[in-house]
This record gives sequence, structure tokens and C-alpha cells, in this order.
Amino acid sequence: MSAAEPPQGANSAPRGGSEAAQPRAWGDHTGETVQAPPGRSEVERVKDASDYLRGTIVQSLANPITGALADSDAQLIKFHGSYQQDDRDLRDERRRRKLEPLYSFMVRVRAPGGVVTPWQWLVLDELARTHANGSLRLTTRQSFQFHGILKPRLKETIAAVNETLLTTIAACGDVNRNVMCNPNPYQSALHGEVFDWASRISEELKPRTRAYHEIWLDDALVAGGEPDDEPLYGRTYLPRKFKIAIAVPPSNDVDVFAHDLGFIAIVDDDARLAGFTVTVGGGMGMTHSEPATYPRLGDVIGFCRPEQMLAVTQQVVAIQRDYGDRSDRKHARLKYTIDDRSVDWFSAELAARLHAPLEPPRPFRFEHNGDRYGWTEGVGGKQHLTLFIENGRVQDAPQMSLMTGLREIAKVHDGDFRLTANQNLIVANVDPDKRLAIESLLAGHRIEVDGRSAVRVNSMACVALPSCGLAMAESERYLPTLIDKLERVLDESGLRHDAITVRMTGCPNGCARPYVAEIAFVGKSLGKYNVYLGGGFAGDRLNRLYRSALSEDEILAELTPIIRRYAAERRSGERFGDFVIRAGHVSEVTSGRTFHA
Amino acid sequence: MRRPDSAAFAQALPDPPALLSQPASLLSDEQLAALDRLIEPLAPDQLIWIGGYLAGLASAHRTGTPRLAPAHAERDEASITVVYGSQSGNSARVAADVKAHAEAKGLAVRVKSMDEYRPSDLRAEKKLLIVVSTQGEGEPPDTGKELHEFLHGRKAGKLEGLRYSVLALGDSSYEHFCKTGRDFDARLEALGGERAHPRIDCDVDYDDAAAQWIEGALAALATAPAPAPLHAPAARPVRGNVTPLHSKKNPFLATALANIGLSGHGSAKEVRHLELSVEGSALSYEPGDSVGVLPANGSDVVGDLLDALELDPAQSVDLGGESVTLGFALAHKYEITTLTRPLVEKYAALADAQALRDLLTAENSSDLWQYLRGRQLIDLVTEHPLRGIGAAQLLSLLRKLPPRLYSIASSQKANPGELHVTVAAVRYESHGRSRHGVASTFLADRIAEGDAVPIYVETNRNFKLPADPATPIIMVGPGTGVAPFRAFVQEREAIGASGRSWLFFGDRHFTTDFLYQREWQQALKDGALTRMDVAFSRDREHKFYVQHRMQAQARDLYAWLQDGAHFYVCGDAERMARDVHQALIDIVAEQGEMPVERASEYVQDLQRSRRYQRDVY
Repeated sequence: MSAAEPPQGANSAPRGGSEAAQPRAWGDHTGETVQAPPGRSEVERVKDASDYLRGTIVQSLANPITGALADSDAQLIKFHGSYQQDDRDLRDERRRRKLEPLYSFMVRVRAPGGVVTPWQWLVLDELARTHANGSLRLTTRQSFQFHGILKPRLKETIAAVNETLLTTIAACGDVNRNVMCNPNPYQSALHGEVFDWASRISEELKPRTRAYHEIWLDDALVAGGEPDDEPLYGRTYLPRKFKIAIAVPPSNDVDVFAHDLGFIAIVDDDARLAGFTVTVGGGMGMTHSEPATYPRLGDVIGFCRPEQMLAVTQQVVAIQRDYGDRSDRKHARLKYTIDDRSVDWFSAELAARLHAPLEPPRPFRFEHNGDRYGWTEGVGGKQHLTLFIENGRVQDAPQMSLMTGLREIAKVHDGDFRLTANQNLIVANVDPDKRLAIESLLAGHRIEVDGRSAVRVNSMACVALPSCGLAMAESERYLPTLIDKLERVLDESGLRHDAITVRMTGCPNGCARPYVAEIAFVGKSLGKYNVYLGGGFAGDRLNRLYRSALSEDEILAELTPIIRRYAAERRSGERFGDFVIRAGHVSEVTSGRTFHA
Repeated sequence: MRRPDSAAFAQALPDPPALLSQPASLLSDEQLAALDRLIEPLAPDQLIWIGGYLAGLASAHRTGTPRLAPAHAERDEASITVVYGSQSGNSARVAADVKAHAEAKGLAVRVKSMDEYRPSDLRAEKKLLIVVSTQGEGEPPDTGKELHEFLHGRKAGKLEGLRYSVLALGDSSYEHFCKTGRDFDARLEALGGERAHPRIDCDVDYDDAAAQWIEGALAALATAPAPAPLHAPAARPVRGNVTPLHSKKNPFLATALANIGLSGHGSAKEVRHLELSVEGSALSYEPGDSVGVLPANGSDVVGDLLDALELDPAQSVDLGGESVTLGFALAHKYEITTLTRPLVEKYAALADAQALRDLLTAENSSDLWQYLRGRQLIDLVTEHPLRGIGAAQLLSLLRKLPPRLYSIASSQKANPGELHVTVAAVRYESHGRSRHGVASTFLADRIAEGDAVPIYVETNRNFKLPADPATPIIMVGPGTGVAPFRAFVQEREAIGASGRSWLFFGDRHFTTDFLYQREWQQALKDGALTRMDVAFSRDREHKFYVQHRMQAQARDLYAWLQDGAHFYVCGDAERMARDVHQALIDIVAEQGEMPVERASEYVQDLQRSRRYQRDVY
């Protein structure tokens, strides 16, 4: 790709500074020299001055003249689980009309492992309709997002989420985010155990500041009480976001290698949880035209027993806290900390902090990173239904009353709901005698259980326009249309039932984990996408840039012959991502550093 | 050439000349001549003494202390007193015309605004002319309320020996057309006054009727003993601006520089911001003044009417000696939408429509009012068809298309060469037809960049920034009522005023109806605006208006008033201004810990001392 291209699509939020766009070389291959810009980034200064994430959020919320927060509070509010956004469709029009952008807030719910009760679902559903834009968004991190909440209703919304015993704290920000884990309901005992660990990690890494309760839940300040203390994070928290996932082979639905810290469940001969193979240093985000930024898959560094898991987690986080780059937010993820030094350095540092090295990693085998749809039977006679939710958007549309249908199901369902890492939904633990009721509600609301093409049910997109301040192109609103067109080519080639993972994001930051997809479209500018090919079907290999800045016509013109060739020439069981490498359309990416090579 | 409006303006202007950009034009030629005559023979000591004396008078007035009683004992019995009650400036203008005509006839005359006129002086008056407008539901203008109340109260004594006449200004599209003028007329008579000349009720197009009344009334009053000879004013060159002033009859064609929607996507309202070039005109205005727009009727409205009457738009008609097409006359010269009682009366006679005649009877007056409210001329014409009406006959039914006044939304100092207006497009549905406000949709729909808009300036001396730029101001302007405050804030920023400013704004929804939001944010940031409070009525379950927001800030608001703040209200008269007024009294009572009657007096004192001014409609 052309390195001279200016970041034209970089239409960042109107407030707040843009980060430096200068390409640079972060460390050479010896990992010894790191040319860091001097000093801390602005966000570091804001965190430091925030008195444990308070800032002036209360005053900002009370300011009636603007729907926005003060710039520094807009940074801090992320730690509380919310992003300030604006409707970019209306931005220009409103500017001309002498109105500020239509600011609103995205609120993200923290739900470890994505498990919620029907009661919680009903409350969130109602909040979406009364306080947000009338839809619920299931995210790629197994959490819920509300969009379009206006400032005066933000506090009520967050308080209401807390009333359901869920929270929003640390759903965003430079802290550990929602802990993901495979929601696999049909191996209930194992899942239960893994889910329990996910919850414990989540709880262990939750910020300790009382600011959240003071601001949103009206907890009175205790005069002369204990000062805030963040024993793990410290007053400036982490240099950047931190993501943890737990995978249960053979499913890599959580994309464990895309996380800063990953645990791969290892089962012993009795099918009981023996422990976890540990991976570190994964991460998706990068910036167009800045080769010093790149996606990276986590490295396998060892094995830990369940009882070591919290200690391992804390020490990995602590290393990143101490060594992560606080001068440049584009170089602040753990993946760069590791690449700037080395995996061996990291393992040694971790061993020193744990007073013992990790055991050698144990083998595992992943088969896929997608979901399996339809009804399945689990242990104890319970049944589970996995529904494809296109791009995670739960809303009513003329052809399908998805939101209403799920609400009606929640009213009769006495199991639970599980959000998958692919933005889908499992109606889990259904008593066999309730299945008919649920099926009738699905049919009545025209919610399809199957019948969609394999490519569609293996696709996902981030939110992007109009709400996301980072988006350079459409994603959620556009991918279904592009899939329609790809489906035609796939159907003609006899590939309707062959799964190919397709992911789209509106910018290169990677929310839909595009760089492990077999085909990825990453927004470059309005209507133009970089096309990446060759990711591993099990989320175990990065893809490679195939063509830059393609329009829809160009995308179809480029992909059609490759798809046809795949249909004609593939070997038995050969995945599309493997084929495009074998056929020479792209070369295999073996490490993050060679992603741009 | 004289500037009649500024002469009238100067007559009663309470504030020192610092307010005006051209102090010289504060005094009329005649006043200047008189001043020169007085000053010429004085010794330096006497000049100094007079300087101090006048400064004292002025400052006493500004701080609200009653002025020294004028030396009225010596008042010439033959002198005519013109008292006017004006809201938008029309009555003040007519009063200035009376004075000019009277002086031309060699009659002694003094002109007073009602709020400066001491009611107790009434007993000494021999010749009184009243020019007064009527507001909304038949009330007097703000400046006339006190005199109106006085006359209708017990304190008004017998007015033996008084000869008077009243000119009533109004708008026949309102139910209580010219009511205030009728009130004064009837009351002066009841108190023993002699009506020297019959009252004339003027509609919006008042020029000709007013001229007629001035002639008649002055002639009637002049029949008294000849007035004391008066020095003819020495001819002297006009000071200040010599370019001819634009007026209703001679509007300036301003080029539209911009026509921008202000209401956000999804708003139920459509408010627009127009920027007009006044480059090359002599238009001059202060914050608080209004711009008169001469609109045109839409071609669809004209077309529908002509079709209904089966008249040819191309036929020519005579317009004061000029021949134009009927279509042109209806588009530009006549009001062809609003129904008024006189119009229905004339039409009923022509159409011989019994149903209409019934409506016009006294016992059906509320039905008539209902009928007039929801309908327009086109409804009358289609419901009571009138075949064979001639063009001239049609025009004889109609009144002239009146200009519409809009508060000027920009400061001339901050935006020289530009005049901004804020216009809410009026559109609604009634009796199966879509209707639209003549002027608002003329501006909203038919003025694009580069188009010409005929305008003139209407001075509003009752809505002015404090003379002292250090005086704090509180502004209450919901909806398009915020327009003049944009001018206020711009002006104060332009002149580097040190006084604090506080704006209350309200509308329906924060996200779509926050007019000029980004400008206010900038003004707050720059310190041009000290404080802003907002009330968006439909964002909550319970309606919440500016008066509620005022009440929520009662303590600070009262403190500002105690610090000498001036209080301004602009916008809807019917409800908002009334509610804000009541809220103000309540706040004063509560915060000042005084009974409501005293709080009322406090607020009345604010009005009397011109610290509480309103521009409501």
C-alpha cells in the first residue's frame, strides 16, 4: 500500500485532539531501541489529575448549555462505561444550523461471559426503548451497548443498569474490559467452571475507585473516609485498554489470540478442567499508513492451573502497567510492550513476579471461531437455541420484529441468555416443555432460526457510522448489502453452505476483530475499503492486505474470480483463508511485525 | 431634512447621549435652537452651574428617583399636549408627526410618552391629543398601563375644560381592535372632557388615517384663542445623517446574504436566520430596534383567489395613479389572507349572504370571532361565492398588505453592513387547507441568497440597552424572542461593555430547538455572556418554561436586580410575558421578603425607571 497516503478518512470526533499521524519506527528487530516521543500523552495527564476518575464529570453533566462533556471528562467517562459520540449523519447540517453536534452517549454494559437473566434482558430492553435509540447492540465482547442516550438521561440509564446487578464500570477505558469466555452451554459443567473464573477475574480487576458510585449511584461521600486506592492500577490506571478472553476448544469463538491475555481451557482425561494454556500480546488495532502499528496474535507462553489464574492475570496486568508506553496511545498496548522487548523477556519478568516460571504450554486444537446455530441439547435435558443476530443489532424491522420477539421470549423463558463473541444470542437452558412456546414466539415475530447463507451467519461488523467518532466508512449499516452481493457470487459457485468468515470495520481499530477473518473489509474513507484475505478460519492466523481503498464494484470485481477459483480448485475441506495463500493471492502473515511486509 | 422618528425619540429619551452613535441627532433642530438661545447670553459660571444642574437631573432620573416637577404653573393654556402610548414605535412616530404639523401651524405643543406623563397633570390640561396602540387582548402598551389604570381608577378627578381627541392604532385581525384607544376616548368623555374631534381607529396601514386625524384634530384644537407667538425655528443644517431615511413607503431593497435553517432535524418548528445586506443604505439601528419587512403574497395564494373569483390576473388595475396588473397588486399591495370584520361586512353586503349577516350581528360576536380566526379570504370566497366581482371592487374590499416587524437579531456595531433576523415560519392546517404566514414564509421560502427584501427600520425606544455599559442585564427570550438579545450580546461585546449579562432561553427540545446554540456557547466562553439558563419544555414529562427556570435561580436573579440589573423580556405576549411577569413579582416577594403588593410595586418601579422593558407580541 502507498505509505504516502494521507489519512483522509480520519474524521475523528470534533472535540479533542487527534493523535500524531507521523509514521515512525517503533524499535528495530533487536527490540532495543525505542524512539518514544518525550513525555506523557494528554490522556495520561487527564487520568493523573482526575482524582481517581472523578474529573469534573458531575459539573459536565449539569451544564445545560451543551449536550457534551468537557474534553477531559469525555476521556474519563470511558472508564465509567460510556463514550461520548455524536450523530455524524447530522454533523454538517447542524453546524450550518448553528447547533452543536447532536451529542449522545453510548453506554456499554459489563457482563462477564455475556450471561444475563431474562429479567435483566427485560430491563435492558426497556432502557433501550425509553432512554436510548430504541435498539440494543450485542457486541463482539459479549456485552450490551445502548446508543443515542442524551446527556440528561445518562445518569438514570447507568443507575438503572446497576439496579439489575449489572454494571458499566470499566466497560471501556484504560483498564481491563469485559472478560470474555466461551458461552458454550452444552458442556455445562465445564462451562460453569470457566464462566466462574471469568467472573472472578472480572471482579478482581474492577477499579476500586468510589467515583463511579458517587457520580452515578448517589452514594454519599463519607467525610474523612478512606482515600481512594487502586492497589493494582494506581492513579493513572493502564496505558491503554486491556482485554482478556477464555476459550474452550475446539471453539475459538472468543478469538483468544486477539487479546492482551488469553486463557485456553485444557481438559484432563476425566473431562475436568485441568488449567489453561496462557497467551499474551494479542491485539487488533492499528492505524492506516502507520506501519509501526499493526495487529498481532498472542504468543503462547505457558500453562497455569486454575488456582494460579488470578495471580497470573494480576502480574501480566502489572507488567503492562509498569512497562507499557504512556507517551503514545498508538503504541501503548501490551503487544508493543512485548515486541519492543521480547516474549522471552516477558516470560522472565512474569516468572520473577510469580516467583516461578509457568509450566510448559499444553496442546490444544481450535476448529473454528464462529458460532453454531439452531437448537442443541445439553446435559440434564436442557436445550439451547443459538440465534444469528445480524451485526448484533436487536431492533424491530418491517420484516422481523426481533426486539419484540426476544422481549416476549424473555417473559416466558426461565433459563438464561448468553451473548456470543460473534454478536449472536443463545437462548440457553430451555426446559423441553418450553421449547414449543419459544418456537411459536420466534415464528410469530418472523425471527428466522436457519435458512441464511453460511457466509452471512459467519459475518460481523462493528457499529461505525453514524455514532462512532472513529469511523471512516460505513460498517454495520452497509455489510448486509455487501453480503447480499457476495451471496450471489457464492450461490452461483455452489458455496451457499460453505462458511467463510467475513468481517467489516469502519476504521482500522479492529472492534470486529477483522484481521483474523478470512475476508476483511476495513474502512478507508466513505465507500472505500481495504480488503484483507487469508485469515485463519479458527482465528489463528492474521490476514494480509490484498487491495487498498476499493469501492463496492471493485470489491466484487476482485473477489468474484477468487471465489470462483476457490469453488473449482479447493482441496477437500480446504478453507477459503488457506486457499488464498496456497493459490498465491496473498502471502501468509506469520507475525504482527510482518503484517505490513 | 428632519428625522421625524429620531426627533420623537429624543423628546423623551431618558438616557444620556452615550447610548446613541450620533449624539447630535438626539435633539431636534427646534430644541437645539432653543438651547442655543438659552445658552448664548450666559456667563461661564452660569454655564458650569447649568451643567451640574442638568447632570443631577439626569442622574436622578436614571436611578429611578422621581424627577423634579416641571415648572408647569406657567404652562401656556393654549399649548397642546400630545401623549402617546407606544409599543413598537408607531404611536411615537405619529406623535412626532403631530408635533411637526402643529409647529408648522405655529401651535405650541409638547409630546410625552405615557410612562413619562404625570397623570396628575391631566387636570391642568386644556388641549390633549392621545395616540395609543392596542396590544394582544385589548391591553394598553406597557408604557401606557399606568395612565390607563389611573384614568379608570378613583384618583382621576373631573376633567372640566379639557378638549381632546384620540387616535387609536390597532390591527383589525385582532378581536379587540383598537380597544385601548376606545377606552381612553370613552373615559376622557366620562370624566367631563369634550371630544374636540372624533376618534379615528387605524388599522395596520395607518398612515393616511393618521394624517387625516392630525389635520382634523389640530384644526379643532386651534379654534381656541390664538396661541402665543412662537419663534420660528432658525433654519439650520441637519446634523448627522443626511441620507434620506428609508421607510414603509420608501423601503430599502436589502440583498439576502444568507437564509439558514436553525431548527435541527426532526424539530416541529422551522426557524430561519436571514442575513440581509444593508450596505449602501442609511439604515441605522440600535439593539432592540425592529426591521419592517414588506412581504409579498405567494403566487399560489394569489392564484387560488383569482381562480375562485374567476378574475384575470393580467388585467390592469389602478394603484394610486399607477397601472399594474391585478396579479401584481394582489401579490404585493393587498392583504389577501387575513379576514377582518370590516372585510366580512363589505363582502356580506356584496355577496348578499344571509349567513354572513347573521354572523355580524352583535349577539353572534363570539361566533364571528371563531369564524375569522380559523379562516382566510379564500374560505370566504369559496364558501360564499360571489360571481362577477370586478377587479376594482375586489381591491376596495381589501386593506393594504401591512409590513411585518421583526426584532433585529444583530448589532450594527458588530456586523456593520448586515442586518440579521430570526423568523419562525408559520405553517398550519385549518378547514382543510394548508396556510402559511405571509411574511414568515415569504422570508423562509422565497428569499434565496441574492434576492432583494424590501425593508426599513422601526426604532423601538422602549427596548434599549442600559446607557451605562457596566449595568448588568437579564434577558428573557424564549423561542424567536431571543433575537434581540443576540443583538444585545453582540453590541456589548463590540463596545467592550463590562456589565454582566444573563440570558434565559427556552424552547421545545434541547437537541433541535436551541436557537444559535453554538453562538451562545462561544459568547459564554469569551465572556460576552456571563450566564445562561435554559428551559426546554418538552424534554421532560412536565412542561418546564423560562419562568420556572427563573424561579429556580430566584436568589441570584434578585441579587442581580438589587445590583441594578435591567430586566428584558421578548417574545410571546399572551402567555410567556405574563407568566414571566408574575414570576418576577413572586421572586421579588420571596427573595426580598416582602408582601406581594410591595413586590408588585417594586416591579412597577422597575418598569417606570425603564429597568424592566418588554418587546412582546
